[in-house]
Amino acid sequence: MFIRLVYESFRRQARRKLLAGAAVTLGVGVATAMIAVATDIGDKISRELRAYGANIVVTPQEDSLDLEIGGVNLKPPSDGAYLNESDLPKIKRTFWRNNILGFAPMLPVNAQLPGSEKTPLLGTYFAKRITFGKEEFVTGVRTTHPWWKVEGAWPDDESSDVLLGTRLAAQLGRKPGDEISLSGSAHRVAGILSTGGVEDEQIVGPLAVAQAILGRPGAVRRVYVSAMTKPEDALARRDPRSMSGEVYDRWYCSPYPQSIAFQLQEAIPHSHAEQIRQVAQNEGTVLSRIEGLMLLVTLAALCAAALAVSAAMATAIFERRAEVGLMKALGAGRVMIALFFFAEAALLGLLGGAAGFAGGALLAREIGRSIFGAQISIAPVLLPMILAVAVLVTFAGSAAAIRRAVRFDPVFALRGEG
Amino acid sequence: MSESRAPEAARRRDPARRTSMFLRMMLRAAVLRRGRAASALLAMVVAAAAATAMLNLYVDVQAKLRREFRNYGANVVVVGRDGKALPASAVQAISSTVGARGLAVPFAYVVARTGSGQPVVVAGTDFSLARRLNGWWAVSNWPTGPQQALVGSRAAPAVSPNGGPFDLSFQGKTAHLTAVGTLQTGAAEDSRVYLALNDFEAWTGVQPSTVEIAVSGSSKEISAMTQALAASLPEAEVRPVRQIMEGEAQVLGKMRNTLLASAVLIIATAALCVLATLIGWVYDRRRDFAIMKALGAPERVLNGFFAAEAGVLGAVGAVLGFVLGVGIAAWIGRVNFHAPVAPRFGVFPVIAAGSILVALLSAVLPISLLRRVEPANILRGE
Repeated sequence: MFIRLVYESFRRQARRKLLAGAAVTLGVGVATAMIAVATDIGDKISRELRAYGANIVVTPQEDSLDLEIGGVNLKPPSDGAYLNESDLPKIKRTFWRNNILGFAPMLPVNAQLPGSEKTPLLGTYFAKRITFGKEEFVTGVRTTHPWWKVEGAWPDDESSDVLLGTRLAAQLGRKPGDEISLSGSAHRVAGILSTGGVEDEQIVGPLAVAQAILGRPGAVRRVYVSAMTKPEDALARRDPRSMSGEVYDRWYCSPYPQSIAFQLQEAIPHSHAEQIRQVAQNEGTVLSRIEGLMLLVTLAALCAAALAVSAAMATAIFERRAEVGLMKALGAGRVMIALFFFAEAALLGLLGGAAGFAGGALLAREIGRSIFGAQISIAPVLLPMILAVAVLVTFAGSAAAIRRAVRFDPVFALRGEG
Repeated sequence: MSESRAPEAARRRDPARRTSMFLRMMLRAAVLRRGRAASALLAMVVAAAAATAMLNLYVDVQAKLRREFRNYGANVVVVGRDGKALPASAVQAISSTVGARGLAVPFAYVVARTGSGQPVVVAGTDFSLARRLNGWWAVSNWPTGPQQALVGSRAAPAVSPNGGPFDLSFQGKTAHLTAVGTLQTGAAEDSRVYLALNDFEAWTGVQPSTVEIAVSGSSKEISAMTQALAASLPEAEVRPVRQIMEGEAQVLGKMRNTLLASAVLIIATAALCVLATLIGWVYDRRRDFAIMKALGAPERVLNGFFAAEAGVLGAVGAVLGFVLGVGIAAWIGRVNFHAPVAPRFGVFPVIAAGSILVALLSAVLPISLLRRVEPANILRGE
């Protein structure tokens, strides 16, 4: 009988149920989409912040002091220590390899131009294919220095083509496709590089070209690593040597800039890895601000959705006083009537919640695709939680209205004086 | 028949009394059905508050985030051409051009030699400005007195292995310095020694060659500033720092779009829920509608009555919601950015118009449905 009451109520008052159900669906849908976006925004913005370039630098452990003023290196290229190029693929063997989006080795040398001028030449990877085990990985300055722009084409890492900085190219009067002689061998100019920095006055070529000019195959001066990191907290700043086993494990297994640098140092022999504080530190602040903002906006959205659903449910029940009167006149107890309405609310909450969850997940995916060009997916684990919340909210919205409906004198209700 | 007599009677009546009757009907409707009226109003207030908060945030958050991005340091650099020093008046000129919109910090560089003959880069700067510009510098102790130096973490073992006083020489002149703190940045600064600018100039006689500038504002404002600087300093090069500018533009753009999408979602949901609630409310009062019609109220008065009711509800909801929404936005600003989001009163007309429009729409829809129905049918409860 009870089930039939509920069933008939849904069948005969389809319009009203549809209105209340639509409110629940919308509320849950927006809540789901906002939760999905808020939980994923840290990851997405972290990727966008990689536009600032590398946040960790690896240098030889026993290096001499850098003599650098305004980005121009005054140290003789043969001075100091080097890293070994063959050690670099090991970067992708560290625990946080999936957080490392790319790395670029650098080797500054001086190249001899035909007019007996010495010009700085920077050897690096552009978009080099590195095979590591079965995995293939493409890395280089195009990932770690995304603000570098090339007019013409990027050189192939296996070729001997070079890029000319835009000021240098203007000074020498070269265009993409021209030939240029560097330290006695001919190279093709693949493109003109514009960075807004000192590279505009330099030549940038594949690493092997710089190594050949220096006469030291396999040598790398430093490696820039672009990694996705977690904002620094008190644990991150502690010295790993002073930690106990469990704390150390937690530190080691969190993607702090410090712990990723520590692992890089372990992976590459005789190296020293350090966070580039300008990028790494500020990334943490910006990230935590944005995450906080989205969290609060989501909270506000959840409250708004809950109140809207409550209001819609309250309206739906107020409409049905006459029904309550009839039930009471026929001898239904208060508990029975309350149970009936709560069962209806639960059913609405469940159906609306499920539809809303599906809609919200679609919405979140669309937002992710159109804004970040990447998937935002919501964990299916959240479904039962969101359903429970939806039912709870519909209950809360109905409770006051149900109480008043139950207390209402059936005589008035039946006479239509509601 | 009764329909033609009633308006005549109404016309004969005193207009003031008619107005008071109109008001009384509205007031009684609100008081007698306060539960229903309250839930409709609640929905209205929530929607208006959500819309206000989101619009306020959308306008204000960009400025707040821009301020956060200024922590990345200089976004414009002025350097002397070919590494030459800037003219003596340049630093002053740049500071006055930038004004309160940003921060301009001079830097001067030489390569000096340590006691053991090792070359090291020595920089002179204004410590109090550098500290504000480069918040990411990890400094153990900032120098305050004369002849005090800030030593980079990699330079420290070379210049002052035991942390005590040390000598540096440049072109035959020797400076006696004390290392009071170490500096760590993970970049070129680690290999340098920093001195106060007046100590540096007295020792080397070299003027600043670089001025690093952090300007906040949109990219248009910043490029206007760079052009102004370039025009006033023909002997210097003014370069925007592309790494900083492009990173900021990219992240800000994405964030703006995310907030916009959230705002649209939230406002649309809130408006639809209000619509659903109000339609239910008006539809539920079909009995009132039928009685009024049976008593001979002309359609114009009936429509006017329901429209006025909806309008009042929308207006009251908009005012309450605006106040609440401004409060929510200010709270979010305080909690997250440690600075309140200033209320934008320009948003209010939009909110008010939107609220009243939604309320009117939800009154008009059911009324136009009811108009075709005979009052007798409604009163019989069909």
